[in-house]
Amino acid sequence: MSDSVNSKQEDRRDFLKAGGLVAGITLAPGLLFYGVAQSRAPEEGVSSRQRWGMLIDTTKCADGCNDCVTACNTENGLSGKTGPQDSQWIRKLNVKDLHTGYVQSLPMMCQHCENPPCVDVCPTGASTKRADGIVLVDRHACIGCRYCMMACPYKARSFVHEPLHDQKPDVPRGKGCVESCTFCVQRVDKGEQPACVEACDAKGHKAMVFGDLKDPQSAISRALKSTDSVEVRADLALGTGVRYQGI
Amino acid sequence: MAHEVCVNQGECRTVEFFALLGLGGLLILGAMYAFFTLEHHGHILTGMNNQIVWGLPHVVAVFLIVAASGALNVASIGSVFGKDVYKRRAPLSGMLALALLSGGLGVLVLDLGRPDRLIVAMTRYNFHSIFALNMIFYNGFFAIVGLYLVTLMERKLKYWTRPVGFLAFFWRLGLTTATGSIFGFIVARAGYNSALMAPMFIIMSFAYGLAIFMVVQASMYSWNGLTLDLAIRRRMKKLLAVFVGASLYFTVVFHLTNLYFAKQWDYEQFILLDGGIFTLLFWVGQVFIGAVLPLSLLFINRSQGEHLVSFSVLAPLFVVVGGLCQMYVTIVGGQAFPLTLFPGHEVHSSFYDGVVHAYHPGIYEWLLGLGGVGITFTLTVVAVRVFKFLPQDDFKTVLMRRSTD
Amino acid sequence: MAIMANLPVLGKWFRIFACLGAMAFTAIASTQAVAGVDLPKLEHGKGDQCVDDVAFIRRHHPDLLKHHRDETVRLGIRTTKYSLKKCVECHAGSKTGSVASSEEDFCVACHRYAGAKLDCWDCHATKPGKQVPDAKPVLPQHGGSK
Ligand code: SF4
Repeated sequence: MSDSVNSKQEDRRDFLKAGGLVAGITLAPGLLFYGVAQSRAPEEGVSSRQRWGMLIDTTKCADGCNDCVTACNTENGLSGKTGPQDSQWIRKLNVKDLHTGYVQSLPMMCQHCENPPCVDVCPTGASTKRADGIVLVDRHACIGCRYCMMACPYKARSFVHEPLHDQKPDVPRGKGCVESCTFCVQRVDKGEQPACVEACDAKGHKAMVFGDLKDPQSAISRALKSTDSVEVRADLALGTGVRYQGI
Repeated sequence: MAHEVCVNQGECRTVEFFALLGLGGLLILGAMYAFFTLEHHGHILTGMNNQIVWGLPHVVAVFLIVAASGALNVASIGSVFGKDVYKRRAPLSGMLALALLSGGLGVLVLDLGRPDRLIVAMTRYNFHSIFALNMIFYNGFFAIVGLYLVTLMERKLKYWTRPVGFLAFFWRLGLTTATGSIFGFIVARAGYNSALMAPMFIIMSFAYGLAIFMVVQASMYSWNGLTLDLAIRRRMKKLLAVFVGASLYFTVVFHLTNLYFAKQWDYEQFILLDGGIFTLLFWVGQVFIGAVLPLSLLFINRSQGEHLVSFSVLAPLFVVVGGLCQMYVTIVGGQAFPLTLFPGHEVHSSFYDGVVHAYHPGIYEWLLGLGGVGITFTLTVVAVRVFKFLPQDDFKTVLMRRSTD
Repeated sequence: MAIMANLPVLGKWFRIFACLGAMAFTAIASTQAVAGVDLPKLEHGKGDQCVDDVAFIRRHHPDLLKHHRDETVRLGIRTTKYSLKKCVECHAGSKTGSVASSEEDFCVACHRYAGAKLDCWDCHATKPGKQVPDAKPVLPQHGGSK
């Protein structure tokens, strides 16, 4: 346990160091901003100069590995139960090509669309997209109509069916509201990576990259430029923030 | 006209009236019980889950809402197209529309995860949401139909009946389109993503609304010991037949166009062939009970059958049952069929991806659904008792028309 | 029938007494508040003072929290001054370690006294993070029980 905590912290330090390095090297004032933006000041609001995204390399994602799911549950205080009425923010999909029989495994969660159907349909505006592209449910306004669940093409959302107790201080959740992956917004706002990405890295799979799509120097931007990646259900033209490579 | 003393309102048949009221009240009480239980324990007690997010309550609610806009059709025909027989039925039609709408919206509200935040829904609109747009349509609907009823009942405002009637008519079309669009706008689901959804809902609303209107009208007549005039019955039956026939036609076109797109085949196969309960409800409920049976009742037996009042009650009753089946197939069936994330691939996960979802409505869903019917029923019973809603036909003109009809 | 006729009068007296009672009640409350006495018996929070003048916070904390919550959820602003999380950290009761687990706990005690319902704790944690040993119960143990 302490081992993994240590390595997590080290990873984080590396990550911050890398961020500083990028900021230092580019020096050009405009680009400098992007480097610093990783650790936005607490009183500064999010801006559309950033767009958070994720790239998932399915070839590195092992069948049967559940590390990202476990990390998500721990971070966000989910029970980890998988009954039909239980919340699952991220899940592992097994995808088998019907013609060739080729099987792949990949994590599926909220794709943080550019044009999210859940935001379009929500009657109260509770389902919302932050300026930096993170799609959230504002539980203070959610009436629990579940229209967003009907509208989501990725089945990313869950409805909380029973009263909850002992929530995480950083992750409020409760009965009667709809919820889904937040890209671990409480961590991202502190300049950290989402829990799933961190876990995937820490366990050495390195199948997930998270970062700012609008920063040309970010690891994810560079990776996206050099590899072929796709959106799931690209036919719907939702402009997902999560992309997959290897499928 | 021996029964004139006791037309509708007043002192007669009080015991029966309170019995009906009690029945409606019981249904509402049941819904309230379900509501408070769910409010306390959460939806864990229902059969709804993260796969089937809208269940039986929504089936009933959407049916009532759709029927509400259809029930107003009678008034529209009267005021917009100037048909006298329908004009005299306008008050009843308007009242029924409001009662149906109240019932439907009531269920929707009672099923919310956070009904305590209803005030949020009323004050914060997301204008992109077709759902919020519906809220505006519904509120406007209440206002306009209420106004319409006033113009009908108050002689001084008679001149306003026509323009307000027109407004109600177009508003009604908008409302039904919006209700249909609730599903049409859901791009991701194989069962909903069709431009035909909205027009199909409009035509179905005509059928369901008229059917309910006919049932209520017939009950009111028999309650007062009256028999609805043959000519009027004949007319309404014909109209119902047209609407039911059109609904059937749309259903056929809807599924045929779906078959045209290869990507929709799986869904069509599911609904039409191997969807279990949904296939059953589609063929037996929606197509046979909801269309074939009433159509044959309405067309066959012209010479003798039409003298039986029961035929003009039975046929619309079948239409109502068929309508509920149609809603179940559309709403629940559309969700039971798994989302396609990767076309041409087989998908499975811990979150029930790629499998047909099971739905077993629990007692609370039934209570909520029946509660919606109870609200409509109670409102209708009270309104009919308190106000003059029994159509006041000018029997001489009707009799004269009969020979020409 | 006679009793019925008297009712409005009765009601009037009742109303007058109710008003008087309410006034007396609020008067007591405000004098004590002015005197700096916690009402009802509230445990003193951690540290020497609140993030703002206590009277100000007492009066305006609903608005402050509401404003802050919208900024946090929608704009990602995570200042700590008016954050609910920070309230909890200072005001969690020493017995329960929570602001809303028992009748004496900070939020509940006062809100019960004031008769104002609040639904924060449907979703928000009533206990501060970290200090509470919540690091252990990770997934597998939770499974199965339902
Ligand atoms: S369930 Fe909540 S977030 Fe989803 S559409 Fe309804 S109000 Fe919006």
